[in-house]
Amino acid sequence: MNLSMKWLSDFVKIDAEPKKFCYDLTMTGSKVEGYEIEGENIKNVVVGKILSVTPHENSDHLVVCQVDVGSGEPLQIVTGASNVNAGDLVPVALDGSDLPGGVHIKKGKLRGVESCGMLCSLGELGLTKHDFPYAIEDGIFILQEDCKPGDDIHDAIGLNDVSVEFEITSNRPDCLSVIGLAREAAATYALPFEEPKPEYNGVPGNISDSLGVVIENDALCKRYIGGMVKNVKIGPSPRWIRERLRASGLRPINNLVDITNYVMLEYGQPMHAFDARFIVGNEIHVRNAKEGETITTLDGTVRELSPEMLVIADTEKPVAVAGVMGGEYSGIMDDTVDVIFESACFDGASVRRTAKKLGMRTDSSSRFEKGLDPEGCMPAIIRALQLVELLGCGEPLNTVLDCGQKRHEKKTVDFDPGWINSFLGTEISRDEMVTYLERIGFDVVLNKVRIPSFRIDIEGEADVAEEVARFYGYNSIPCSELKGVANAKLSPAQNMQRKLESVCTALGLYEIETFSFISPKYYDKINLPADSKLRESVTIKNPLGEDTSVMRTTVLPSMCEVLSRNYNLRTPEAALFELGTEYLPTSPDKLPNEPARLSIGLYGGGADFYTVKGMVEEIFGAIGIEPEYYAPEGDCAFDELSMFHPGRVAVAEYNGRQVAIFGEMHPAVAETYGIGTRAYCAKINVEELIGEQIPEKTYKPLPKYPAATRDVSMICADDIPVAKLEKLIKTAVGPVLEKVKLFDVYRGEQIAGDKKSVAFSIVMRSADGTLTDAQADAAMKRVKKALSELGAELRS
Amino acid sequence: MKQALEKIGLAAKAELEKISDSAELENLRVKFLGKKGELTAIMKQMATLSAEERPIIGQAANSVRSEIEEAVAKKAAELKALASERKLKEEKLDVTLPGKAPRLGKLHPMDVVMHEIEDIFIGMGFDIVAGPEVEYDYYNFEALNIPPDHPARDTQDTFFITDNILLRSQTSSVQVHVMEDRKPPIRILSPGRVYRSDAIDATHSPIFHQIECLVVDKGITMANLVDTLNMFLKRLYGEECKIRLRPHHFPFTEPSAEVDIVCFNCGGKGCSMCKGEGYVELLGAGMVHPKVLKNCGIDPSVYSGFAFGLGLERVTMGKYGINDLRLLYENDLRFLDQF
Repeated sequence: MNLSMKWLSDFVKIDAEPKKFCYDLTMTGSKVEGYEIEGENIKNVVVGKILSVTPHENSDHLVVCQVDVGSGEPLQIVTGASNVNAGDLVPVALDGSDLPGGVHIKKGKLRGVESCGMLCSLGELGLTKHDFPYAIEDGIFILQEDCKPGDDIHDAIGLNDVSVEFEITSNRPDCLSVIGLAREAAATYALPFEEPKPEYNGVPGNISDSLGVVIENDALCKRYIGGMVKNVKIGPSPRWIRERLRASGLRPINNLVDITNYVMLEYGQPMHAFDARFIVGNEIHVRNAKEGETITTLDGTVRELSPEMLVIADTEKPVAVAGVMGGEYSGIMDDTVDVIFESACFDGASVRRTAKKLGMRTDSSSRFEKGLDPEGCMPAIIRALQLVELLGCGEPLNTVLDCGQKRHEKKTVDFDPGWINSFLGTEISRDEMVTYLERIGFDVVLNKVRIPSFRIDIEGEADVAEEVARFYGYNSIPCSELKGVANAKLSPAQNMQRKLESVCTALGLYEIETFSFISPKYYDKINLPADSKLRESVTIKNPLGEDTSVMRTTVLPSMCEVLSRNYNLRTPEAALFELGTEYLPTSPDKLPNEPARLSIGLYGGGADFYTVKGMVEEIFGAIGIEPEYYAPEGDCAFDELSMFHPGRVAVAEYNGRQVAIFGEMHPAVAETYGIGTRAYCAKINVEELIGEQIPEKTYKPLPKYPAATRDVSMICADDIPVAKLEKLIKTAVGPVLEKVKLFDVYRGEQIAGDKKSVAFSIVMRSADGTLTDAQADAAMKRVKKALSELGAELRS
Repeated sequence: MKQALEKIGLAAKAELEKISDSAELENLRVKFLGKKGELTAIMKQMATLSAEERPIIGQAANSVRSEIEEAVAKKAAELKALASERKLKEEKLDVTLPGKAPRLGKLHPMDVVMHEIEDIFIGMGFDIVAGPEVEYDYYNFEALNIPPDHPARDTQDTFFITDNILLRSQTSSVQVHVMEDRKPPIRILSPGRVYRSDAIDATHSPIFHQIECLVVDKGITMANLVDTLNMFLKRLYGEECKIRLRPHHFPFTEPSAEVDIVCFNCGGKGCSMCKGEGYVELLGAGMVHPKVLKNCGIDPSVYSGFAFGLGLERVTMGKYGINDLRLLYENDLRFLDQF
């Protein structure tokens, strides 16, 4: 809402400078976004009178004017325009003047003839023909204003208003009007304010003789008032109306249309004007649109209507979309004779739905959708008819047609100053509260407060408390510490999250944040099987684009995207993690599960399969669990298996559940992502671990007796996993085993192709005494026997 | 013999003077003091001496021996000190070469700020809770006093899954869950992702983070809200931080306020960043609307509460001077490495 300060001064006299005014209104709840001083960028431009026009000695299309600018000698100014004649009043940009667009005018010579300034066109002053309909666009602006040579141009053409831009919240449609803001401004400064009471005389005549109104849907139209103006004279509005519309951001059109806009801005009540010639049957029907009906709206677009939309119709067809926009056919034209004014109250939700469906939000619809006061209809139409009379542009009938709800009970709300103070934490006296409330039209009677009808937002005591608080001053409310002791702690999930973050950063991983919605194509990019359940995503009905249209069922594609982006930015190495969420559908009308996941992505920096495995091991170690790692063979719980190198992927199993998958990215997937090096990923199902009963750590006494260490090396079949050998050794050694450590794996020369050489170091220790050689040797004998049974050939 | 002893003593001292390394010193020690050394040779002749001479010469020999020993020890110490000094000199390093350590990773800047805020509130007795991101319309709108076709829905362009299920557009949805699940006194903080159908640019993202705060108890006042905001923001931004409250409208609070903070850039003088106002908008706050309490089964005639919500991206960008929101989601390592 752009407010003209000149207009405001019709209702309340404000002394404050614009900046102060904006601040003060903001602090009482009418937020100001900014303000603009009209013509601020025009300096040193005055009214001049053309004394003579003579030909230019060196040019056919330039002329030389002598111009009286009110002081001293006349100025000589050269111009290229052909529409100036002696006697004309024109805007003159003097030597050293400024014009919009950063133009600076200085004295100079044009084709050898001195020119002491410039005669200005509308455009050069930042104006258009809409602002001054009598002027021409391509020529000098010949002034038809009441002014004399030397007058400052701002005053001469009324370019001296201040326009303040308010951001009005949706609960205050009453403030989308000059009067509403005047009321707020007066209350802010404790200035007197009187509700305007428009009146007009009109020409005698019963409107019912020439117009009928039928409200067919009174749920969506609470009130409809029709007014009639006979014998209109269509023409431009007077300057003051045009100025005010311009300062409010609206384009002047013609006097009758301008009046409807003027009243909407002044009273906040949208108005419409119909050409009575085109209302077939002289009857207005407020009804729902019929299936298949269309209307060409004022903007020239054909709109398809649907039955839930409310329309204004004559006996044959819709002539306006109620509260949104009028029809082109029944609009005001230059030859219009009789005009019907509409001032109505339509249901906000219905207007909002209709405007949204038609994809047109207008000044009218944006007011209606917030909910307007049915009592606002009458003053608005009276004001419109008053303006017609004032402008002398037609003969308003002295009767109007008022249909629908005329009166309703004034809302009252309990008024308890004690409760208000206890709610705000203040000590404001009852009298002070009453003063604040009365300034904005509230009426306090004993322990009740009567709410003016235009305040649709006030429903209860808390609303009244806010009215008191905003005029008392939000920043005058004291500070008061919360009382009572509260015991706060992190939940198990948050503790897990923080632990994982600290482990991951200690492992050198950088945290990333990715979007939770992805493109369904991402599932193809990670080579997910066509029948994978992970392809069934929660799908957004109205996405911004396909790229962000489904909620991810796996966090890994997001990680791949980030690895790819960094690789393509030529970052030589990357080590990343994300604590993200997956969205796994349950049933169509139920919410999905949102399990927490940890993903890891690596490339470069010497990373290999065992780097990512080592990280996964460290993470599980930090959580306090020891899963089993193995290569998945047809028993993989992760459909993402197919994005990994088939020979370089492992899962981690804990308590009978696969809780992690990790490995090298499949070369084909890496190629899809444009990653030209080996990359590694992991996904850990964090959510499933949060609930696990992870045993508390307990202290084990430090060893008292020395350990015995023995090495064992063997040649065995290449396809025996090292983990299997290790497990076998552990079992064979028994309780004295402290640690089995792999120290060599070798394939190559001197070893048959299907074999490998493996060597372990075995540390044994007893808690009861020094382990004897005999005990250690006996254990080794068991180890060797077990290994031999597996087919391993032991080396000495 | 006595003369011979004195001569040995003098010779040893003279030779000692010329010695410059520990090997020479050892040779010298062997030459004079060793088993086959000159002094030992003389001592071996002691047996030929008379009983009167023996103690005298013996004493003299011992004194020469200890003199030489002392001198050798002294020389050894000198040589050691010299050698050590030389070694230290040789071992001089270029201390400006880079250090070696396993590289630590880093948290995302938003996460750093999020934890900072969480920790402040844990210190003030607030539990940290989470809520679903895919949510029923009821929790995101209706229970919060935003019925269908309410104009406030326009300010939050929402992504819908079905007519009834959406991506939450505000963390205020968690307020409803918490009030349904817990009994007052309630003090919670709920950070999380929210979704709005805004195309991504320097200041907008279809996904962003909010942090919601809710307090419900008997006798909670707007003055408690003002105090909590002050305490929180002073801990986050420092004691000198100044805020102001402006009346505003949110359907789920009444009274409602927008909270501004003195501009980080100009300190309140007014600059291009704060559009000359000296303050920048930081968060929305208010007293929980009685209708919302009622919707959640809490009697508004007994209990009152306050709530506020702030955008994590905005706080993070303000704190680190980040001027483009997109950087937070692009995950360019050159960016992430700066925090």
